[in-house]
Amino acid sequence: MGITAAAARDEFQEELVIRPLHSGDIYASFQFRTLWDTDFLQEGQKVSHYRLFPKSLGQVLSKFSVRELHISFTQGFWRTMQWGQPFIPSPPGAELWVWFHDTVSDVDGNWKELTNVLSGIFCASLNFIDLTNTVQPSASFKPLGLGNATDHRFLRYATLPREIVCTENLTPWKKLLPCGSKAGLAVLLKSEKLFHSSFHSQAVHIRPVCQHKNGLDFAKILDAPSFCIHLCINCYLHLFTEWSLFKMFSRTLTEACPLATSSKVYVDITDNPEGELFELSPATPLLSQAVVLGDRRTYSVFDLTRAETFGQLRSLNLLLRWKGDGGEMLRPLLHAERYVAGFGLQTGEIHTVIYNNHPYRAFPVLLMDSVPWYLQLYIHTLTVTSKSRDNKPSYIHYQPAKDRHRPHLLEMLIQLPPHSMTEVTVQFERALLKWTEYTPDPNHGFYVGSSVVSALVPSMVAMSTNFTQDQPLFSSFVPVKEESSYFVRVYTEPLLVNLPTPDFSMPYNVICLTCTVVAVGYGSFYNLLTRTFQVDEPSLPLAKRLANLIRRIRGVPLLT
Amino acid sequence: MAAPLTLLLIVAVTIRAVLFRSSLAELISARVEVVSPLNAWKRVVEGLALLDLGVSPYSGDVFHETPLMIYLFHFTVDYAEIVFIVSAYFFRKQKYALESDRYSADCLELLRSPKEMFYIPLKVAMFYLLNPFTILSCVAKSTCGLNNAIIALFIFCTLKGSALLSGILLALATYQSIYPLTLFAPALLFFLQRLYIPVNLRRSSFWFFTLQYAFMYVGSLVVITGLSFFLLGSWDFIPSVYGFIFSVPDLTPNIGLFWYFFAEMFEHFRLFFSCVFQFNVFFYTIPLSIKLKEHPVFLIFMQIAIISIFKSYPTVGDVALYMAFLPAWSHLYRFLRNIFLVSCVLLACSALFPVLWHLWIYAGSANSNFYYAITLLFNFGQVKVFTTTWLTNCEWKNRWRNKVSLFINLY
Repeated sequence: MGITAAAARDEFQEELVIRPLHSGDIYASFQFRTLWDTDFLQEGQKVSHYRLFPKSLGQVLSKFSVRELHISFTQGFWRTMQWGQPFIPSPPGAELWVWFHDTVSDVDGNWKELTNVLSGIFCASLNFIDLTNTVQPSASFKPLGLGNATDHRFLRYATLPREIVCTENLTPWKKLLPCGSKAGLAVLLKSEKLFHSSFHSQAVHIRPVCQHKNGLDFAKILDAPSFCIHLCINCYLHLFTEWSLFKMFSRTLTEACPLATSSKVYVDITDNPEGELFELSPATPLLSQAVVLGDRRTYSVFDLTRAETFGQLRSLNLLLRWKGDGGEMLRPLLHAERYVAGFGLQTGEIHTVIYNNHPYRAFPVLLMDSVPWYLQLYIHTLTVTSKSRDNKPSYIHYQPAKDRHRPHLLEMLIQLPPHSMTEVTVQFERALLKWTEYTPDPNHGFYVGSSVVSALVPSMVAMSTNFTQDQPLFSSFVPVKEESSYFVRVYTEPLLVNLPTPDFSMPYNVICLTCTVVAVGYGSFYNLLTRTFQVDEPSLPLAKRLANLIRRIRGVPLLT
Repeated sequence: MAAPLTLLLIVAVTIRAVLFRSSLAELISARVEVVSPLNAWKRVVEGLALLDLGVSPYSGDVFHETPLMIYLFHFTVDYAEIVFIVSAYFFRKQKYALESDRYSADCLELLRSPKEMFYIPLKVAMFYLLNPFTILSCVAKSTCGLNNAIIALFIFCTLKGSALLSGILLALATYQSIYPLTLFAPALLFFLQRLYIPVNLRRSSFWFFTLQYAFMYVGSLVVITGLSFFLLGSWDFIPSVYGFIFSVPDLTPNIGLFWYFFAEMFEHFRLFFSCVFQFNVFFYTIPLSIKLKEHPVFLIFMQIAIISIFKSYPTVGDVALYMAFLPAWSHLYRFLRNIFLVSCVLLACSALFPVLWHLWIYAGSANSNFYYAITLLFNFGQVKVFTTTWLTNCEWKNRWRNKVSLFINLY
């Protein structure tokens, strides 16, 4: 099953990055990338032979003319301030954004079918995605792969903050890998340990890239793009002072995936140059340096394609023992929070707070908010303040919601002053819904998806714009266009908002009572419209009437 | 007459000005009893902000005012408070003129002493200007006040006998909210009565005048709608304004009967009951016109009362409109049955509305049924007010005609 370099049309790479943090926590990021020289959308050429690229997704791409697909399932919320920036961020719940090809005529129809098909592939309830929670961001989600046409009519974005991730979602995800969960790094993905983490996210990113062989520049566009599918799992585990692969994942590594051209484990040892903070065993002579998220990091590399990595026991069980305490984490330069203010069930305010921790550089950020229609935003109450002064956004794109049809979309370009906190406030009113529109547990509340803050953050270290084969996958996920800044996307917390509820046991009673009041009105009207008034003589008592009867017979005048 | 009226005006304007400047203004603007999604000031400001952002105000579901209203406020937004006080003043003027005009029409009713009749315009003015409902509506800057002013101007022009102006103003009122369409019939009857044209379907003079008036009305309506189209550039406002009034998609609680009914409606029957409820407003026009064709002013009162109770988004401003008419029939006070009970019901409900709203929305200890119950009772009380007035009017007329006491079937 060897892969000859000359006739290679697809290749598969896998890697695991482990970043130990000072508090004994571990950030583990698995990345599996398949690169395939093919064009799904070419006319007349139906792709039928799939080798490393998952067939289910390939068929989905060609059927719905998808150019880029990004889907992620996340359990937990990434605490940027404590844990740093993740390599590939994702919001809590499920998130799906797709760029369709220009040739698609009915994007909404394709989107609806695509969500249903994906919901079947991933065993998730993505079929809840419909027009009431889909938006078309105009600036926030530019294509990550190749593409010059950026008409945002072909972009669709939706989140399901309430979606839960569990073993059922992990199993079909693992099936997309060429080796499955039988060989390579994927053997570590056992659900009983994986879901014990504080944060777990699994994602699939498919995009067209240009063919790169032997260090071609990313910017060169060739005629036939390749498709790159990137599967990644991020998880964040709390552990004690000593951890090992076995303790973390209840497995050790025994071999690389035979189909992979490269299979590596990177352990971040930047904070531990002399070995005073922790001790890593088995020791490895391989070292790698990379600039990741504006920071130069050093990694110990374990190459699983080499037999000597596994040692005598033929299994690799990384062991890390903490020696000292401390180690300052680099403070992330961009950070955002969001919360709901106000009391009662009538009105409220959404506050989004964005922190710029750069000591002297200001940079603009793009804030995107998608609020469901039942929270009616009032855009005239939008205020943006930085350092207690008004900060007017230079670009505002606002699409108001249509009841029961589409949500609000608010996108703003805000310039953040250096070392400051910017607060964005907007008021909203809560609507009373029809009783069938509430979820079975209406007092739990309604979720509002995370805001997305996207920015090009100025980098302290010069980034490299050349892409080479040797660079780790995680450092090249987002294309770097210029040396002095790197792209960062921060997701805020989702919100949980209570709405006023009607009494669900009362439909029949309400109909009866309201119709009663209307009927009282109608009845009174009918009465007064058809009533005639007549003069009525007062009736005589019985005795007088009998007397009158006799008088009539006699012909004498009557009594009154 | 001028002196007490001026004094009244000064007092009314002072109260409104004081409340505008106090912190209560914001509180009152947020009350659901006073503002509705159709006429809230917050939504007018939101519509103007959307217009500034370059987005059509009708692309969302927040703004439901007519285009002429946006453009009116576009220029006067800073002076909004003054606009509302001025409209209240106009209303006053029309009401006063209305009453002074009715003298000639009703001088046969000698049961009223001249002294009583002299004070009626002042009482009407007082009933409207000093009515807490009107004051709340004005301070909240609800556009209901402007609607009331247009209807009052329409009544004034009708009573003065100017058919063209009356047609134009009625078209404007209909353009604002569809329901004043039903006021076409009483206005027509009034003109026919004034011109001594008998209401006989076989007479050509009747049809001639009817067509004239209808043409003026429909023509003005078409002109106003066309003007809105040209100002806005699209027909978006029609589903947003009139579609919204008829289909009632927004279920924000108010003092009417629609919101909870449609919140708890079975999906299958939604269309049916929407049609029934809307039909209920328009349906009484023909029978009432037939019954009250000799008393068109009373018919106007009845129609306004029906609209205020059964419209899709009523507010207390609409209630104040028909309540202002009540002193015009002050001769009926002696004969009104249950008036104490009904007024107590209305007062108690008005006091309980904010209490139960607070308990439901803020304290969380009550639920929506409490507020709904008070809504039911309030509307029941309102129905009783005007059916009692009507009943007493019928009785009094008959009594006057027959000059005898009579026994009336209990209902």
